Amino acid sequence: MSRKATNFRDVNENPCNMCMPMGGILALKGLENSMVILHGSQGCATYMRRHIAEHFNEPIDVASSSLNEKGTVYGGEKNLKQGLDNMIKAYRPGVIGILTTCLADTIGEDIDRISQDYLVERGYTDLPVVTVNSPGYGGTHAEGYWLTLRRIVEKLARKTEPHTGINIFVPNISPADIREIKRWLELMQVSYTLLPDFSDTLDRPYQRPYRKMPEGGTPLADIAAMGGAAATLQLGVTLEDSMSPGRFLETEFGVPLYNLPLPMGVTNTDLFFNQLTEITGKKLPAELQQERGRLLDCMIDSHKYNGAGRSVIFGEPENIYAVTRTCLENGIYPVVIATGSKNPQLVTLLEDLLTHSPVRCTVLTEADFATIRVLSRGKANLAIGSSDGRYLSEREDIPLVRYGFPIHDRTGGQRLLSVGYRGTTYFLDQLTNTLLENKHKHYRKSIYQAFYLGINKTLDSAESGGEQHVL
Amino acid sequence: MQKSVLQDTVFHEREDSIITKGKQKKQLTCDTASVAGCVSQRACVYCGARVVLNPVTDAIHLVHGPIGCASYTWDIRGSLSSGSELYRNSFSTDLKEKDVIFGGEKKLARAIDELVAEYPTKVVFVYATCIVGVIGDDLEAVCKAASAKHQIEVIPVQSSGFAGNKAAGYRAACDALLRLIKPSQKKNKPKASTVNYLGDFNLAGEVWIIKDYLKQIGIELNVAFTGDSHYEALKNATTASLNIIQCAGSMIYLAQRMEELYAIPYMNISFLGLEDTAASLRRIVDSFGDPEMKLCLEELLVRETSKVKPTLDWYRERLQGKKAAIYVGGGFKAISLIKQFREIGIDVVMIGTQTGRQEEYQTINELVDEGTVILDDANPSELEKFMVEKGAHLLVGGVKERPLAYKLGIAFIDHNHDRKHPLSGFVGAVNLAKEVATTLCSPVWQYV
Repeated sequence: MSRKATNFRDVNENPCNMCMPMGGILALKGLENSMVILHGSQGCATYMRRHIAEHFNEPIDVASSSLNEKGTVYGGEKNLKQGLDNMIKAYRPGVIGILTTCLADTIGEDIDRISQDYLVERGYTDLPVVTVNSPGYGGTHAEGYWLTLRRIVEKLARKTEPHTGINIFVPNISPADIREIKRWLELMQVSYTLLPDFSDTLDRPYQRPYRKMPEGGTPLADIAAMGGAAATLQLGVTLEDSMSPGRFLETEFGVPLYNLPLPMGVTNTDLFFNQLTEITGKKLPAELQQERGRLLDCMIDSHKYNGAGRSVIFGEPENIYAVTRTCLENGIYPVVIATGSKNPQLVTLLEDLLTHSPVRCTVLTEADFATIRVLSRGKANLAIGSSDGRYLSEREDIPLVRYGFPIHDRTGGQRLLSVGYRGTTYFLDQLTNTLLENKHKHYRKSIYQAFYLGINKTLDSAESGGEQHVL
Repeated sequence: MQKSVLQDTVFHEREDSIITKGKQKKQLTCDTASVAGCVSQRACVYCGARVVLNPVTDAIHLVHGPIGCASYTWDIRGSLSSGSELYRNSFSTDLKEKDVIFGGEKKLARAIDELVAEYPTKVVFVYATCIVGVIGDDLEAVCKAASAKHQIEVIPVQSSGFAGNKAAGYRAACDALLRLIKPSQKKNKPKASTVNYLGDFNLAGEVWIIKDYLKQIGIELNVAFTGDSHYEALKNATTASLNIIQCAGSMIYLAQRMEELYAIPYMNISFLGLEDTAASLRRIVDSFGDPEMKLCLEELLVRETSKVKPTLDWYRERLQGKKAAIYVGGGFKAISLIKQFREIGIDVVMIGTQTGRQEEYQTINELVDEGTVILDDANPSELEKFMVEKGAHLLVGGVKERPLAYKLGIAFIDHNHDRKHPLSGFVGAVNLAKEVATTLCSPVWQYV
């Protein structure tokens, strides 16, 4: 593995990440009856709403304090309070998230103090408010997501009577993935609190009448009881402690923390169920064992096709770690793994994983797509990540399997199921079929050219990734 | 009657921005700052500037600021190019915490050096974001130095997000364009029968459609602002004999300044819908006073109208009596849509814009039926309320509005910047009718 830790350029050319408040919004959307207000200029909220709405195909209402010149010069307290007034009036939320933006943080807005004053002034003594300092330059949306989860737990979890339930923290996965994890827990009759649960709030069934505040989300009472849980399963192996909600529950309330990778691929999913059965003493249900068997069957059926795959994987640290493992299990050896985050833990973890990979791989942190493109050229024949990867398809002819957030140029991002034995099977089929489609598209021409015409004896670029066997 | 409507609005600060035709005599308030907490559908100054300038195809578009602003605007719009694809990249100085503390000027200068070396170009637009002014970066000075160093134009765009609303961004973009088109020492020679076409961003090739109509009647399109435009063409902008403006909200300021500075007259036109397309072409031709052109145009109108009329009639029969709600970015689009819907038998029951101007709202008020709700800078609560109250069958809007319509069980028309089919001219009129029929008459509504 070669590391290319930081992008040493002074330009980011086609960003591979979004900014902190974006992740914060997603996390807060998984809270029951919640509303979010961004403290900053109007554009931040609108851009993020647009980005989220296009992925989930759901109305995404996020308020803004609409800071203007006056607020920027003299302080935005008045704007934020007015914003809270209007938002509460229109939405009647049960919990409020206040996120800062570049502007609010740079002018030094103290959102903790302002929100405390506000609650006292208006007499909203029971209205919980979660504040997060999430300037756009403070990290990517991935850090914004986890930091917000930690702040939610810091604010809402209480020292309660010990109970047998477990806490589950999930990274930025699809609503379908969250529903899948809940299905396992219900099958195993494990009592749990999963945060953030946007499986319904960001993927609502059609129903009338329309409600501005979607049903679903993690109930606040359940979060309050997290402090008494038997254990925390946190799907966050790449997390720093300062952003780890599970670490907070452990240090504050003594809830044992088990940090696990996102269950994608056989190994990661086994890890998850082994840990779960160990903690709860319950057995893996037959239904899930069957699903495991079917995944193995799928892996064997497809292994020769997959063996021709060389992947470029990009996205948020937790997700790309799991995707990398899945690829490695199936011989789709990665040539480039990239994230917009600055995450040394991820690099160390990947180093371990890639030790036995026969193919040279470059790991990029704080990456942009221009760099990913150059390193993938002629080496990869499969890209895995958000729809921003269409750039790699368009410019380098590398087909893209859409996974993660955001997916803007296809429908159904919210319904993609990729976790567990069953989800991995679906995911793997997509990878294999994309390789096959590409193969079928090119093989007649490339063989004709190579052996009939006797020109261009190396296979064309779309195939070249499969020909690489550096051992 | 006045009372009831006002009491019914969701936010009292917004009462003056909503009227019902025939019920109130008052004038609609528009072009104000968005009210905090109402969940406005508007974006910011930077957004306005980026929308207008981004279609300049051979420019480097460099966003000076933290990553978000560049990330959310990377290649999200459907402006097409006949040449360079450089504009489809999103460049950012990606400011980090230490840059915010120590300033970003040096990084910006290095970023320009690096980009110019990698992508030889004649013009760089440097967009200011919210924090640029706050941390004290002197954009003007950095751009001036870079311009001298590389002997190209490096133009700052004063688009700090908080410094006004989206319309302020249009103005910032126009200021940048004015700097770019300023002729050098030798005066540009004016060319007869040429027009600049302002306020079309060549979404799905719409500039090309209009260019062809103009060519058929003997008028040369000099340059479009800014769809499929490039450095050389923009540099010759001051040679045109007339400026025609479609999206007046974004471009009227540029037209006014060009009239002052270069004595180029302007007129507002619109190529949305048969009625406006024909009327606009006639007004352009009339201004040239050339009988031959007039003849050519009338032939073109007969030819094109006869091609699409039967199709539109067929759609009108099927769509007659449906009710539409409109919430779009600018006023010109809203105005044309009222007429265009009339052509296919649809009434407008709610209409609003993000950045419409007072005179545009007056025109809207004159065009719509009694009882139609008109609103500026709306939000999801208001859109929901009035669409439901007015019984709209269809909403016209952008990406953020689409899921709201669908959740309400209402059909939807994408009239936004990322669409991939033209809605301009005769072909566009048919496309719109087809899209309306596809969404309104879809079998899915039988099941919900």
